[in-house]
Formats: sequence, C-alpha cells, structure tokens
Amino acid sequence: MSFPWAEQYEPKHPLMKWIDSRLPLPRLVFNAVGAGYPVPRNINIWYNFGVLAGVALMIQIITGVVLAMHYSAHVSTAFNSIEHIMRDVNSGWLIRYLHMNGASFFFIVVYVHIFRGLYYGSYKAPREVVWMLGVVILLLMMATAFMGYVLPWGQMSFWGAQVITSLFSAIPLVGEPIRQWLVGGFAPDNATITRFFSLHYILPFVILGVVILKIWALHIPGSTNPTGVDVKGPQDTLPFHPYFTAKDFVGLCVYLLAFAAVVFFLPNSLGHPDNYIPANPLSTPAHIVPEWYLLPFYAILRAFTVDLFFIQAKLWGVIAMFSSILLLLFLPWLDSSKVRSNAYRPLYRIFFWILVVDVLILGYIGAMPAEEPYVRIGQIATMYYFAHFLIILPVVSAIEKPLPLPNSIAEAVLAKAKPVLAPASAPAGAVQPAE
Amino acid sequence: MVRLVGMAVGLLFVFVLSWAALAPREAAEPDPIKLLHKHPREVSFPHSGPFGTFDRAQLQRGFAVYKQVCSACHGLYHIHFRNLEQIGFSEAEVKAIAAEYEVPTIDPNTGEATTRPAIPSDKWPRPFPNETAARAANNNAYPPDLSLIIKARKDGEAYVYSLLTGYGEEPPAGFEVPEGLNYNPYFHSVNIAMVQPLMDDQIEYADGTRATVDQMAKDVTAFLRWAAEPELERRRRAGIATLAFLAILTVLAWLTYRRVWAGVQH
Repeated sequence: MSFPWAEQYEPKHPLMKWIDSRLPLPRLVFNAVGAGYPVPRNINIWYNFGVLAGVALMIQIITGVVLAMHYSAHVSTAFNSIEHIMRDVNSGWLIRYLHMNGASFFFIVVYVHIFRGLYYGSYKAPREVVWMLGVVILLLMMATAFMGYVLPWGQMSFWGAQVITSLFSAIPLVGEPIRQWLVGGFAPDNATITRFFSLHYILPFVILGVVILKIWALHIPGSTNPTGVDVKGPQDTLPFHPYFTAKDFVGLCVYLLAFAAVVFFLPNSLGHPDNYIPANPLSTPAHIVPEWYLLPFYAILRAFTVDLFFIQAKLWGVIAMFSSILLLLFLPWLDSSKVRSNAYRPLYRIFFWILVVDVLILGYIGAMPAEEPYVRIGQIATMYYFAHFLIILPVVSAIEKPLPLPNSIAEAVLAKAKPVLAPASAPAGAVQPAE
Repeated sequence: MVRLVGMAVGLLFVFVLSWAALAPREAAEPDPIKLLHKHPREVSFPHSGPFGTFDRAQLQRGFAVYKQVCSACHGLYHIHFRNLEQIGFSEAEVKAIAAEYEVPTIDPNTGEATTRPAIPSDKWPRPFPNETAARAANNNAYPPDLSLIIKARKDGEAYVYSLLTGYGEEPPAGFEVPEGLNYNPYFHSVNIAMVQPLMDDQIEYADGTRATVDQMAKDVTAFLRWAAEPELERRRRAGIATLAFLAILTVLAWLTYRRVWAGVQH
C-alpha cells in the first residue's frame, strides 16, 4: 500500500467476497497491479521494461520446464538430445528457439531497464533496496544464463565452462581447489553438466523469489518518474489499472513482435556457430567468446594484462569483473545529488551518455580477439567504466548545479500539455485533483 | 565513507589500467595465413530470404551428391531415413534407399552381433565405426559430421559452397602446402585435408541437370541446409502467422490505450 488515496478493494461478487475474507489474494492482486496501486501519471515508455522483464522471466521458466522434459544431462547424450528436441519433439524447435533467444531478449530488456534506472536516478532514496535487489537479480541471471549455455554441450559450452570456472583458480592458494570443487573434476565433464543442469533449473525460481521481494519493496514508495520529483498528491498519479495495464500491453505487443521476428526468422543470429559442434576437450576453438550479453564483462576481465602490486594480471581481471557489477550495489551512496532525474542534471547527463557508449564499446571489444588495437581500446573503455562510477559520479554530483525542478508532477504535466483538459483521472471515491 | 573508499578503488583500477595501456607491446606480426584466407563467396538459393522455400528437386539432387560422394567419409548422424520423405521421396523410395545400407543389430536367436538391412526409422549409418577408424582411413584427418554443418560454420551456406568450389587455385609463390594437404583459400588454415571432392560430370542427375562442380556444390549445400534446419519452412510459415497476429493485436492494444487515456494528461 503506497499512497493514502489508493483505492480500497471492495469485492462486488459474492464469490470474491467469500474468497477475500478467507484468503486475501484478490486484494493482493488489486493492490499490486490493479486499481489499488497509484502510479505517477507521467512515466514514459522506458518504464515499461520492468514488466517486460517479468514476462521474459515467465517465458524462460515455461519453455525451460518443457525443454527439461526432453533434455538429457549427460556428456554422451546432451548434444544429441538437443537435436532430438529440434527435430523429433513436436514443435521442439519452437520451444528451444524461444528459450535460446528468450535469454537474449531477457538481457536486452534488463539492460534497458538498468540504464533507465541510471538515467532517472531510480536507485536513490528511498528506493535503494529496490535497486540492490535488482543487482542481485542481474548476478543470478548471469549465473543462470552461463550454466544454461553449457547444457547443450557444444564447443562453446565446454570451452566457456572451462574459461569461466578457471577464473576461480586465480584466487591465491585456494583457487585451484575451489575450481575443482565447482567443476567436479579437473576439467568440465559429466559432473559439471549434471550440477549445472540442477542449478540452471532451480536458479530461475530463486530469481522469481527475488523479483517478488523487489516488487514488494517497490510498492512502498512506488515508481520514480521522468521528473524525479516525489508524488505529492492524487493529482500526480493514475491507478495502475486500467491506465498502465493498457499502456504496458502496447509495449508488450511490440516486444513480442521483435521477439517473434528473431525467433522465427533469425533464430541463430545471436548465438555462436561453434555451439553446433559437439564439445571436444581436445580441440580448442580459435576464439572463445561468451554469449553477447556477457561481452562487456568479458572485455573488463581481459583488459588487465600486467602483473602489478604482487597481484597477477588474471586476478586483477577477475577482481575487476566482479567489482564492475558489485559496485552498482553502492551506487545510491556514490551519487550524492539530491536530484534524481538526469533531465535536470545537465552535467551528469553528458557522462551518462558517455557511459552508454562506453558499455557498447566494451561489448564490441569483448567479441574481438585479444590483439591490438582492441586490447588498448578495451583498457581505456574499462578505465572509463570504473572512473565513471567511482570518481566522476561522486565529483559531478558534488559540484553540479541542477536545473530548477518542477514543484510537482502535475505541474510538469500541465506545462507540457498546452490544451488544458479536465483530468478525468482520479479513481472513484478519491478527491478530484484541484489544478 | 563509501565515496572515499570508492574513489580510492577507482583510482587504483585507473592506475593499473593506465599502466597496462601504456606498457609497450611487441608489434604483432601479420599472420601470413590470414592474408591468404578468403571471405566466402555470396550464393543464393530458392530458400534464401525470409519467405523462401526449398526447391525439392534441388534437395534431391543434393542428396544424390551427398549419397554418391560425401557419404563415403562424412556422416549425417541426425538424419533418419524417414526424414527423406520431407524432401519429396515416397515411402517406398525411402524404404528402398534404407535397404541399401546394413546396420548393426543382435541376432534374435543367438544374441550374436550381426547386421540387417536398414529401415526408415534408422539413423543414417556412420561411415566409420569411431573417430580412430576415421582418422586411420583419412591421413589422420577427421571428416566432420554434416548434419549440422551449415549452422556450425560462420557464413553457413556461403562457406560450404565456397569451400567446395574453392579448389584449383595455385598457392602464391613461396607458399608451401604441407604433404597430404590441399590448398583451399576458403578453409580457415587454407590447407585442407579433403582432396577436391567434386569434378564435372562426376555423377549423373536423375532429372538430367548437368552435374557441373558449381551445380553440385549448390545442390549439396541446399541439401545440407535442409539437413541442418529441416523445420525451416514450417518455422517461416508459423512466423508469418505469428507476426500477422501480433501486428493486429498491437493495433488493437494501441486503440485500447488511446481510448483509456483519452482526456488524461500525462
């Protein structure tokens, strides 16, 4: 329950009355995504991506459960069972292409969602926990996606598993035993595939749990909005249903159009051809690359090429790669500006867009072989990534002079909409907005 | 406090990275193989493009090339004989093709290992019993299985077509092709173990098409595309229906949105 003017749930049908008085599930839904959840009226299309991420997660879980019915987690049968799904299972090719590309689309949506949060300062008080739970979800997604990529047991599966698990061996003294414990042997083998399958099945449900916590935490202050100013009264909000259900549904349709276009017409465009070659521990691919959505982090890992301060280059890379995500947990405190939205932060806005370009460059470098000039570009791009969050952001937020904020969301909306119309917006029973 | 620690960590990373970025490095020597390597040539098929469909006659010609030439060394493990009905063979024809091959089985009376003629539900028999046997017969090279080759190589069809037609070029002066290998600039190392597999008029097509190297390379590439993606036509048909459905749904959703938000400032 977020705002005092939120509509109260009053069951009309006797059956709903009966259920609600025994199990208040209808009430919960009404307050979470129904008319009982007031949302800032000015949120734009970029606020659609949270809902889309939820849909993407459900698509992954449903297609994944079906795939698990036909998949065989064993080194000698895993690859063939995927081809069995593609060729002999009814619509198996569709389920598998949905799952395979669904992972990519899940990451696209989540990355847009994250950058939206960065632009509009969604991580700031009082939404720190919402943001931090989001970072936890990102980490869980990466782990899940990585283990899922190993399951088809193609060349990139095997060598990706080899490279990623060997990162742990960079830890001094205990690194190698940890790696062997994770892999279940000296190299990825049957023990690896069975444990990765088990974890790949359970982690999405852990993600779902964290998503529920995140939505719970979000519903206390409600969404941010493009102006970044707090909701002050009923004139600033609209009930989630029907306004945002209608709006989000348009976004969902467009998302599904893009998703279907890739699944049906370019299903392998986001994958690597080598993963259609069965895993061969004796033949290393020319370039081992992770899936595209992990490339920026792969570039950070590889940017560290010199041993310094008694720390090996490899360990520097591993530390930096984990730091690059974990530092996001501290973002609410690294940014001391009281202004949330970049619409009113002329200086930081410039750096925000440099960061967007920087991450795209890192993604490109991650896909390139470790040669000049890519290595040096990757090092400079990695430098900017850390400097952005750890040096530039704190300094800019201290010295920046933000633009004047509107007094309220309603005022900002009125200033934008010239032909003044009577707002037919307030939910029944609430006071009419007095503008 | 967080900001101070963050600043220190940030400066540390920046320092280490500048050190790495400024560190001198040896000039990379251009790889001579890379200079010889050629990008695959463009090739187009009736099934190219988002709405293309397979030409059954071409697939059958391609199957003839595979069966009479490639299958001596290359498997087609993920294809069952029954799948051949999809490229236009009748049930009886498939049965006849399968019966040409012997597959291992167990004698029901003695339990001894023996063989029987293949039936449509059998997988395409492997040309060699195992990798060691394949290497022993092929100068230590391992002929890859072809059922996924189009999806398992960058540039898929263009690569396979270029490779098959890429023989016969003279290596540049001074370039030594190792013993037992053949020069082919479309292969990643430009030295391929496979000898030129296709020669003009090597086989006779049932439909009277002239079996030039180019024609056979195209046909077998098309056949291998089907072998890698037998669902291709169904997928595209389903895709058109799905996109049409979603397009209409999007319009309706948009109209609903306009109606719901009519008169609401936002």
